[in-house]
Amino acid sequence: MEITQQGNTVTLLLTGEIDHHTAKGLRQAADDALITRRPEELVLDFSGVTFMDSSGVGLVMGRYKTARSLGCGVTVKGLRPRDEKIMRLSGLSALVTFI
Amino acid sequence: MKKINHCKITIPAKSVNEGYARAAVAAFAALADPTLEELSDIRTAVSEAVTNCIVHAYHEKAGLIYIDLTLTEDNTLKIRVKDKGCGIADIAQARQPLFTTAGEERSGLGFTVMASFSDKLAVRSAVGKGTTVTITKRLQGRPA
Ligand SMILES: Nc1ncnc2c1ncn2[C@@H]1O[C@H](COP(=O)(O)OP(=O)(O)OP(=O)(O)O)[C@@H](O)[C@H]1O
Ligand SMILES: [Mg+2]
Repeated sequence: MEITQQGNTVTLLLTGEIDHHTAKGLRQAADDALITRRPEELVLDFSGVTFMDSSGVGLVMGRYKTARSLGCGVTVKGLRPRDEKIMRLSGLSALVTFI
Repeated sequence: MKKINHCKITIPAKSVNEGYARAAVAAFAALADPTLEELSDIRTAVSEAVTNCIVHAYHEKAGLIYIDLTLTEDNTLKIRVKDKGCGIADIAQARQPLFTTAGEERSGLGFTVMASFSDKLAVRSAVGKGTTVTITKRLQGRPA
């Protein structure tokens, strides 16, 4: 995962496969970035992701909760169409911005 | 329907094996010349089923996952994923979209995803004995 910051926006570039196994590390890294950098907007960029199952949805839901508790918004971008289909099943589109 | 190929894989319920299970089932399915879309569907469905064994059936503790693959003459792939874990008391409730017993990091979408990426999803379970999930996927390609 690559972390970049531009003003009050922190972007996490996710790469490779997201499943229950890999989500553990990603969750930790994302929460660390949220807590230490305190952005106003967290962007989760999925453009490097080659596989995702519902663990990817759990990852976004969990980060939404952490971010909200710190007054930070969440944007999800770069999803492949099949992954966006899974993501939208969760109702997350009401809480998170998809671009 | 006549079986033209089959395979059994037994793996410990460790999260590192999620990726292995997806890859192994995809390699077996590839012998039937599926489309890339079908292969992606298979990978996703297997990942959901195996993850459920690890997270729910065995609660991240030791156990075995039994995967049984069958390809029949009509180019239909049957993927059976079985555990000897805690079992499911109410299967209909468990299959509801967004139902989860596992808190913040789980979305309750696994069964919904398995059903939408396959042609048929059957779930059998007995509390204290275990769960068997059978995913049926018809493949467009021709068998080798
Ligand atoms: N193999 C299993 N053994 C015991 N319980 C299971 C098993 N598979 C699923 N369940 C139960 O069914 C519920 C729904 O499963 P489902 O895969 O749809 O969602 P989830 O695993 O909770 O979340 P997600 O798959 O989105 O991460 C689980 O929360 C769990 O209670
Ligand atoms: Mg699940």
